[in-house]
Formats: sequence, structure tokens, C-alpha cells
Amino acid sequence: MLVYIIRRLLMLIPILLLVSFIAFFVIELPPGDWVTTYVSQLRASGIELSSQEAQRLSQLYGLDQPSYIRYFKWIEGIVLRGDFGWSFQWGKPVGEVIAERLPITLTISLLALVFSWLVAIPIGIYSATHQYSLVDYLATFIGFIGLATPGFLLAMILAWAANQYFGFSALGLYSTEFLDKPWSMAKAIDMLKHLILPLIIIGMASAGSTIRVLRGNLLDELKKQYVVTARAKGLSEMQLLFKYPVRLALNPVFSTIGWLLPAIFAGEVLISIVLSVPSIGPLLLRSTLAQDMYLTGSIVLILSALTIVGSLISDIYLAWADPRIRYGGLSK
Amino acid sequence: MENANNVLVDIQDLKVQFFLHEGTVHALEGVSFQIQQGKTLGVIGESGSGKSVTAQAIMGIIPSPPGKVVDGRVLLNLPENGASVRVVNVTELPPSGSEIRSIRGKEVSMIFQEPMTSFSPVHTLGNQIMEAVRIHYPEVSKREARERAIEMMRRVGIPRPEERIDAYPFQFSGGMRQRAMIAMSLVCNPRLVIADEPTTALDVTIEAQILELLKDLQAEFGMSIMYISHDLTVVGGVADDVVVMYLGLVMEQASTNELFDNPLHPYTEALWRSIPTIDGDLDRLTPIRGALPSPFAVHQGCPFFSRCEKRIPGVCDVSRPPMVEVRPQHWVRCFLYTESK
Repeated sequence: MLVYIIRRLLMLIPILLLVSFIAFFVIELPPGDWVTTYVSQLRASGIELSSQEAQRLSQLYGLDQPSYIRYFKWIEGIVLRGDFGWSFQWGKPVGEVIAERLPITLTISLLALVFSWLVAIPIGIYSATHQYSLVDYLATFIGFIGLATPGFLLAMILAWAANQYFGFSALGLYSTEFLDKPWSMAKAIDMLKHLILPLIIIGMASAGSTIRVLRGNLLDELKKQYVVTARAKGLSEMQLLFKYPVRLALNPVFSTIGWLLPAIFAGEVLISIVLSVPSIGPLLLRSTLAQDMYLTGSIVLILSALTIVGSLISDIYLAWADPRIRYGGLSK
Repeated sequence: MENANNVLVDIQDLKVQFFLHEGTVHALEGVSFQIQQGKTLGVIGESGSGKSVTAQAIMGIIPSPPGKVVDGRVLLNLPENGASVRVVNVTELPPSGSEIRSIRGKEVSMIFQEPMTSFSPVHTLGNQIMEAVRIHYPEVSKREARERAIEMMRRVGIPRPEERIDAYPFQFSGGMRQRAMIAMSLVCNPRLVIADEPTTALDVTIEAQILELLKDLQAEFGMSIMYISHDLTVVGGVADDVVVMYLGLVMEQASTNELFDNPLHPYTEALWRSIPTIDGDLDRLTPIRGALPSPFAVHQGCPFFSRCEKRIPGVCDVSRPPMVEVRPQHWVRCFLYTESK
């Protein structure tokens, strides 16, 4: 097991290098760079920048150098100093820009994930063990609604409803009166109130799919012969359910933790934009529009890295949870 | 039918139906037979004859819904300390209640057909065998339960049981897995073991070993065995008495020797003609003509009527033949023998 993990970790290095190269290549693809975008923005607002001035800006930011040199400088900074480059748009290091938004992004994503599991796992289990009951139909209905409704639409409707019926502005992280205030109990409570809506909306979508996946898996497992064997042993239905079929049915749910990692980091883009939650998703969108290349590149790189690390975590989880995988491929 | 004091299981007029969307399946249409203490009863029948449903009824594990016991009783005579006997009617007990659960696995246990899928793939065999002990003897320590599991695995012929107990089912061969299954069914020293086609999924040499093992274990532990099979020769090798079932009814019942020497029911005769023999002449095998009727069909008369070669139109398809004792301890459900009596 340990050897397997070490081997997989070593394999990460070349993959990450390749990914960083692709990430950089992708953000180089659109014509022009940040300076040309900036110049055209200024021109749109009536300010004409001389070509000399533009060239000076290009030199200042190193944009006049060939792309492979910029790539190596960028990677060198990341690997040696943890420096992800400079965000032109924000006028500060990329690392700082991301770090500012990371806590709130992670808080919302993780809480939404826990919320969706707390809702979905009991419903999924009940729904499978009471197939075609009223609750099952209800859960199926909610599951499909959760799956089918676009999150941003739900966000708009609920934000409107909160304002209309509770007089509560759900947009942003704090009510306006707390914006410039230092941290206090009241401000914290106010923030928690603002978190509820994004949590429910983001959680709903994944809860819907988790209910469906868990119900389907559990129905398959419940038909298996080992369930009858366990029943014939004299095990009570509850003990039986949680020791055997639920454990096997949850594997696919938990093994997707890895894929969720990048989503946890980025947060829901559209929902965050609609509810003005300052998470990393909207940041990626805006930086792409502004051709703020190091910021875009860094976020893409981090997302890719998290995807790779995430699938490693999934594989390790599965090997730990399922002896057939542990003793099958790994021992050879 | 025999000495009533030695009866362990007494099934009386058991009727089980499955209520499906497509209609009602009359799985058992009034099954009666007894299992003697310490003896082996062979139950023979094609698929759909109700042999497995009968086994499920004895354990109270008929899948419900859609299955339901609509009539009849399954009486277990469980000897208690001294001479007293506790009589339990399984069909009256709530299927997941504590009383039936204290019987399952402890008094009556089951060996299943598919040793591959009958164990949970993600728990060790030891874990699953020890679980049987821990359910019924909560006072037994983990270490003690493990000792018992190892001992039973040794007894059923699993080599190096103290190592193999921590192995997972997929690390065992089919035959070894079935031995582990037998160990699990015997670890609580039950009075009855129901073997539901335990060797169907195994090859012939392993089958012979498993049958031999079951006989040895019966001699040692003295439990009764209900051996379910569609294979006459296998049942002939292990059973003391045989019950032949067809579409939810017992058609013929006798001791093994009697049934093999004097098969009386046309169905049993037809079964005999459809299997090859080593010493017999090299005639073509005669399959039973026709196909098994639809499971939804309701039979007014004898269920074998449509395929029977000796049928009497106007008699057999009008009413159900009764069970008659044609020779001593040899019972047949057929109109061919009612007139002569």
C-alpha cells in the first residue's frame, strides 16, 4: 500500500509539469495580451495610449519576451518561491489575490458538500429500502428537481424570494452596514445568514445526484445473494443494512471525493456570480476576460493539479475500502 | 409419518403465493412433509417446483413483498433442556422479529448455491463466520469466536485456517468458498442445515468431496439436512428419504431406496428416463415432453397433466389427485393409484 502511494506520488511530477505547460499554452492562445486589452479598454473610455507607452508597459511586465522564456520564469517562480506571478488587473501578486478569496470559497464548498451528504445519504438509503413508497417517490421527485434545475436560476428565484418575503438581501457576503466594520459577533452572524442561501443552492444540485446514485447502487446491492446470507445468519435488518449493502453502495459516492476537490476550490461560478459571493470561480471568469494571464494560468494550473491529486485520493480511498482492488492490482 | 417423536420439522399444507404485477404465482400449493432428526431429506424438483421457496419458508425469509404465506404451518420442534420440546410455528412469526432471528443461523442454517456471491466481497471470511457466533452467543468473546471459527474451518477441511481466516472470499477457490460456507452454517451447531443446491456451481470432483464432507459432518454433529437438488443421482447419494416436487406440490415421497427401486409417479419415472446411467443400455435419453407450464397458470387438476404420458383425460385434469400411501411409507399423488386402493 505504502509503495503504491509513493509510486503514484512520483508519477505526479511529470503529469503536473505537462499540465502546467498545457495551462500556459492555453492562456497564450487568444490573440493579444493583457496590454493590448488594457489599451483597447482605455481607448474605449477615450484615452489614447501611445505605442511607446504600450511598449514600455509590455517591457515592464515582461510581455515582450518569447513565450517559452516567460513560461520558464513563471514555473521557476512557482517551484522555487511559491510565486505565481503578477496579476495585472489587481496590481498585486496572484498568490495574494487567490489567498484573499480562498477561505470563503473553501468554507462554502465544504459546508455545501457536507450539507448535501447529510441530506442525500439518509434519503438515498431510505428511498432504496422503501422502493416505490410515497417517500421514495417524493425523494425521486426532489432528486430530479435538484438535478434538472440550473443552480443560477434557483439562486435568482430564492434571492428574490428572500428579499420579497423576508426583506432580506441575500446578495454578497455581508449586509451593507457591516461592509467596512471590523469583525464582531453581529457581523459573523450576518455572514452566516448570507451563507445559507449559497449552501442550500449548491448543496441541492449535488444532493440530487447523490440521492439518485446511492438509491441505484443500494437497490443493486440489496438484491445480492450475500444480503440473503446475512439475513439467514440471524442478523437484524438494521445491522445487516449498514454492515453490508450500504457500505458497498457508498463506495461510488465517496470515491468521487477526488473529482470534487477542484470544484471545492473553485466554487460554483454561476451561482457565485448571481449571489455576488466573492469566491474563486468568478475570479477565474473575470481574469480570463481581462487576459490577466498569470492569474488565469495559476487558477487553471491549481485546478488541474487538484484534479490529479483528487483522483489519487479517490484511488487510495477505493484501495482502502475494497480489498478486491487492494489485493488485485497492487500486489503485482 | 414415521415416529412422531423424532420429527424436527413438520410442514403442514403450506401455501405460498407471490403477488406480482403480471399476476399471482402459486409457488406452493399445499406442501406437507416432515424432516426427521439426524436424517437427510432430499428434495428433488425442476426449477419452479417450489423447493427453494419451501426452504425460505422454513427460515422465514420469503422475500416479502411480493411473497406471502397464505396458508399452512411450518412447525419446528426444538428440544430444550431436558425432555421438553418447544414447538414454534415459523409462519406465524414476524419475519424480522427477534424470535425468528434467534432461530435463523442457530437452529436452522442454510448453505447457498453460489459460494461466489454468497459472501460479502469486502469483509474477510473470518469476520463473516465469527459474526454468526457473535449474533447468537453475545457472551462469547471476540477471541473465543475466532477460535471457534478457526476450529470449524479446520473441520470442513480448509488448510491453514488460522491464516486463511483473514482472507477475503475472492482469494478462495469455489470449492474452498463452499467449505467456508459450510463452516459458517455449522458454527452455531444447528439442528437443521438446509443445503440449497450447494454443489450446482462446482465441478464434479469438488461436488463429490463436498457431499462426502456433509455426510461426515452429519455423523459427527448429528444435525438434520434438507438437501435440495435437481440432480437425482446426487440426492440418491446423500438422502435417507426423498420428496419429489412439481409446481408447488409434493408428487411422491418415499425412502431413497424405495423411490429408486420403485418410482411410481409418472413424473418420477420420466425424471429417471431423462438421466444417463453407466450400466444401462445405450438408448437415447427421453426428455420429459412439453415445457414447464407458465408460473401464473392455476391448475385445477394434476399440475403434471399437460406433460404426463399416462394421463387419464376427464379425471386428472378435473380435480387434484390426493396423496395415497401405495406401499408402506411410499406416498404418491396420482390417480393411477387411487383406483386400485
